[in-house]
Amino acid sequence: MATSAKDLPFKQETYRNDFTFKNSPETVLRAPFPFDKDSYMYAVNMELHRDGRPGTAFEAPIDVDEHYVAEMQDRALVLDEDPLRYQSLPHMSLAGWDTLELLMTCKAETYPQWFSLTRNGDNWHWINRPMGIDQHFVFGDESTLPYGPLEYITRQAQGDFCVLDERDDNLWMDAGMITTQADWSLDFDIGMNFFEWHAPVPLAHEKGIFIRALKYLRTIQQGNPARRLNWTMTVNPRLDTSPENFHIWGPENTHITPENVADKLYLRIELQSFWRLPRSNALLFPIRCYFLSMRDLSTVPKWATRMHRVLQTLPPEIASYKGLDNYRQIAIDWLAQHDDGSPTTEGPFPD
Amino acid sequence: MSQPDDSAILSRPRYGKLSPVEANFHVFVADDSGGNSILSLAQSVPKDFFNDAEIIYINTKPVDNKATLEGLEALGCPRLYTGPTIKAALPRINASLERMRMGTQVYLAGSESLLGLATMIAMQVGLDHQALQTEHQGSLARRVQCVHCKGITDNVTTQPANCDHCGLLLLVRDHYSRRVAAFQGVNINAEDPSDIPVKEEMFS
Repeated sequence: MATSAKDLPFKQETYRNDFTFKNSPETVLRAPFPFDKDSYMYAVNMELHRDGRPGTAFEAPIDVDEHYVAEMQDRALVLDEDPLRYQSLPHMSLAGWDTLELLMTCKAETYPQWFSLTRNGDNWHWINRPMGIDQHFVFGDESTLPYGPLEYITRQAQGDFCVLDERDDNLWMDAGMITTQADWSLDFDIGMNFFEWHAPVPLAHEKGIFIRALKYLRTIQQGNPARRLNWTMTVNPRLDTSPENFHIWGPENTHITPENVADKLYLRIELQSFWRLPRSNALLFPIRCYFLSMRDLSTVPKWATRMHRVLQTLPPEIASYKGLDNYRQIAIDWLAQHDDGSPTTEGPFPD
Repeated sequence: MSQPDDSAILSRPRYGKLSPVEANFHVFVADDSGGNSILSLAQSVPKDFFNDAEIIYINTKPVDNKATLEGLEALGCPRLYTGPTIKAALPRINASLERMRMGTQVYLAGSESLLGLATMIAMQVGLDHQALQTEHQGSLARRVQCVHCKGITDNVTTQPANCDHCGLLLLVRDHYSRRVAAFQGVNINAEDPSDIPVKEEMFS
């Protein structure tokens, strides 16, 4: 069985410039591999987010892994450069407190060796040992925290966070902390409804995906979070693949060669979860990113085989939208050595 | 001339046709041929309809719009403003929408830039965009926000187009933000800056 995240030390590593990010073998094995069969098409692949399977990224409701501290350092760098990556419309303050409560209580319950929360009425005491934070504050009083509640807690939580207001039978992107996004801009999309912010996604609208997804999301109730997986690929383990900086990182898309593909090209997995918040009735939508290099994948024969087949059969519109055109064939050629044509076992987990 | 397929852009507002509704007061904002939408609506309302109305008309082509302006003047509306450009009229649009009383209906008609900017102002003063009536007339030129430097370039008619501010060559995406009142522009040749696609007239 894979090692639990509780035993992992935190790495000192970078997601930019020299890119020293690296997965330990244990972290590779616990990744939420997104393909449950040998081909891929959009689907409303929602499932309940509970009863976490031990040794996987689903074990804890809010997963913390060996990359935690480095990822938070990268987020701080992004925010120094561009504070607009965090935004919250004025009516979303209560949802911010809801989010703070959810993340603090989840973390303190799952990882008591790292986090602790003590509540005495509205007087709260939060300790985050990996980040060296010890904060007394008054719940509901923004003046007692160094940032607003949503920004404060999402500077201490891996993954991006969208906070969706529910009204007029729709969900509205009205707040977020978005520093690890796969090519969408919170600053542009803030205030949009569910269909509007998904407007640029090809094929899925015609297939009715978003209508069904919205229907599902609106039924999510407090205490019953849901999740789905999404994916793309990224050259170098760069968390900040924002459109804002596309002119800076875009050239790297042409740097993949047969010689470097194994270590320079990453499967970028998004573990998306959905949580109804108690006071605001908003929906919290964390998007957590996991990187697996092609070499990481090759340590799990089933995953390498399946990745090979998914890339081979991917519809061209989806490949283009995900930005894979420059290197898809190089990845297919490299992965071919791990595909002997025999059938793979069902489900996403390693054999 | 190739027309963009509007129905394919889900984040883009849908425009309709102005039609009069019961209201205590009516505010019209129009530019150029959008004035004709007001005149067309005027044919189906009682004579005194425009007594309780305000018309903000932006007349960027006085020679072409001579008949339209005369038509608007003949409506007998006590508050008829005319301005030379959208930019010049913005303070007036803002003041009129901000001071609106309950029970006022807003009608917008004209270029996509005018519809977008007036909608943005209406939202800023607390109106629901779904409560506005809109009709598109005239230019399809786009306002484009550069996702990189955040600068807005007005009157974009080509694909791709250069950002007026940082100079990057932008792909004008079919993705629209009401809050910014603009389409999104993303650098089209980031992967290979030496690859310079030819500009084509797309949004005129």
